[in-house]
Amino acid sequence: MSFVEYSEIIQEGDVVIIFQGHESMMPIKVQSGAQTQTRYGAIRHSSDLIGQRFGSKVTCSKGGWVYVLHPTPELWTVNLPHRTQILYTTDIANITLMLELKPGSVVCESGTGSGSLSHSILRTIAPTGHLHTVEFHAQRAEKAMQEFKEHKVSHLVTVRNQDVCKDGFGITGIADAVFLDIPSPWEAITHAKSAIKRKGGRICSFSPCIEQVQRTCEALLDHGFEEICTLEVLLRVHDVRTVTLPLPDFGPEEDSTDSCQLASDLSQDEVPNTGNSSVICRTATPPREMAGHTGYLTFATKPRD
Amino acid sequence: MAESVNDSDAESRISFGDYVVLKRGDVFKSVQVENKKKVIFEKQWFFLDNAVGQLFGTRFEIGAGGSLKLKAAKHSGDSLDSKEAGQDNRHILDDGKSQKLTRDDIETLKEQGLKGQHLYSIVNVFVYFSHLRYDTLAQILTLGNIHAGSKILVFETCAGLVLGSVMERMGGFGSVIQMYPGGGPTRAGMESFGFPSHFHETLHEFPLCKVNALLAGTLDLSEKDADGNRRSESSQETSGVSEERSSEPQSMEVSVDQQEEMRRVERERLREQKAQEKKVKMEEKRKKLASAAALLEGRNADGLVIASRFHPCPVLMGLLKFIAPSRPFVVYCQYREPLIECYTKLREQGGAISLRLTDSWLRHYQVLPNRTHPVLLMSGGGGYLLSGTTVAADSAKTRNQHKSEEHVAKRLKLDEISSA
Repeated sequence: MSFVEYSEIIQEGDVVIIFQGHESMMPIKVQSGAQTQTRYGAIRHSSDLIGQRFGSKVTCSKGGWVYVLHPTPELWTVNLPHRTQILYTTDIANITLMLELKPGSVVCESGTGSGSLSHSILRTIAPTGHLHTVEFHAQRAEKAMQEFKEHKVSHLVTVRNQDVCKDGFGITGIADAVFLDIPSPWEAITHAKSAIKRKGGRICSFSPCIEQVQRTCEALLDHGFEEICTLEVLLRVHDVRTVTLPLPDFGPEEDSTDSCQLASDLSQDEVPNTGNSSVICRTATPPREMAGHTGYLTFATKPRD
Repeated sequence: MAESVNDSDAESRISFGDYVVLKRGDVFKSVQVENKKKVIFEKQWFFLDNAVGQLFGTRFEIGAGGSLKLKAAKHSGDSLDSKEAGQDNRHILDDGKSQKLTRDDIETLKEQGLKGQHLYSIVNVFVYFSHLRYDTLAQILTLGNIHAGSKILVFETCAGLVLGSVMERMGGFGSVIQMYPGGGPTRAGMESFGFPSHFHETLHEFPLCKVNALLAGTLDLSEKDADGNRRSESSQETSGVSEERSSEPQSMEVSVDQQEEMRRVERERLREQKAQEKKVKMEEKRKKLASAAALLEGRNADGLVIASRFHPCPVLMGLLKFIAPSRPFVVYCQYREPLIECYTKLREQGGAISLRLTDSWLRHYQVLPNRTHPVLLMSGGGGYLLSGTTVAADSAKTRNQHKSEEHVAKRLKLDEISSA
């Protein structure tokens, strides 16, 4: 198992995702002799996990069962331990596409935070790319390094504990793309520019507030970046469900030309044993409230020097 | 601090045959650089010949007779830019100008013949040709966990644009199997990505009409000749004989009879040549089918992407059989109802979890001092996605444990009437 490569069989030391039901998942580290408690009972790692196929059903001690899944950056994003506010898959997907990330890309990122975006980037740039990620909080930087090691991706990433606004990314002229998720991105634009290859590259800055966006766009313009654009993307999840709609009763039909035939025309899916007939519909409704604002994404291109 | 490595400028120079993106202001056009070929862009005709040998990103202006001249000073706005972004000469850019692709533009494109060489920026093409907006494509690639080294099944009717995007994310590692309906796979859109040749070795194709045979284990992959019969030695003898005959008419003075003989022998030779070419093609086709079948047979693919005008439900149910457990799948549909059917079917059948039906909204902003406001809201038109993860198939009895949990969660909602 690794976050950048699929495998079939669960091994000691793997990080796996236990699926207990709709929106109830948890990551665990597989260790010989260990046990994990779930709502359906205990899972014994040695007998229930090691040697089993990813995706299989595991019966727990109380008789209930769960699925054990191979980790992916997307699963990790919804299950990781939060040390900061994180980026979610919707934003991550657009960042990945608009920064043109692909195997071999060299990327600079700051701040590392809880590593949500970092894992996605690593998955996309593997096996030939590299991620230079900067985190100014010492403990978070340390935790990130630990996780990358456990997830078998540390050969693809360099974590630096420094302030990107003062000291930059620790490299110059080798990045295809730079990503900024910091309180004052305009202060890091100079370093971002020098990190990018001479032949050009892409930059993205993520900010929750429009004032931050304005200052960042100004800085990008001042530094000669082109094609500056700001957007936000929101995901709408549709709730698929079955609804039963009762049919009206217009009274017994007497004259076929005048009376309302509509009710009986509809009754193909009648619910039996109800006083009035009904129709069953399979439909999807959008949520009453859409997902909240996460942040604005500002993209730009550094042209060839 | 690591210093930058000197860029090899040689690989950044424009050559004949390259696909480049022309840029003027915020209008883009992708064209191929061809010798003495007239290009039309922004209502002007010119030749790209003088661009060859220059660096990508150079600015030109159009001189007399349509020839390009180097533009000395930096000049934003009206000047014509030849620009490269990304190592494969293709520029994905959010310019949010999808409305600029007018009906006239589209008619012009059609007249020129869409062969992958005359595409506008990828963003605009998605909007027009496939109704697949780039933010939806972004979700597909990420939700599908498309990455190097995996084995991905793709079924799309987006002129190869989805296929190309998947291949780009795989970087030439792993394999992509394109399932196709009818005669052959469409790849025009994929060609315009300009992948290096070794990428094409990772690309396979398999016809939908042979899926059932493959699943049943009855797919015939043996060698056959043009008539569908097993190959024999006889055809090789015939070609040997006709070659002898063709060397006969050598004399300078040829009579009418000899001319007839020459023509007959020539026709015979051509017929043989064609038959030989056909045989080679069929063998190639057979080999390709066999290699794709070998990849599919294990039923252990790492992911499935469907984006087509076909009803997604049977496509999904059919192709999921080739996917390993604990792997993601993503289905795109312009409309919602067919995906609701897929969702329902998967719930009944089992074998998939974390099903989600989504669409995304995209809003652009104009950011200027004292003039910052939203500009464009793209919603609804981007199509819908159904995503999920495969799991080991289970029996109906054990599935009920989780099913009843879902209903508990749903009954908590106020104004809903759900079936038992």
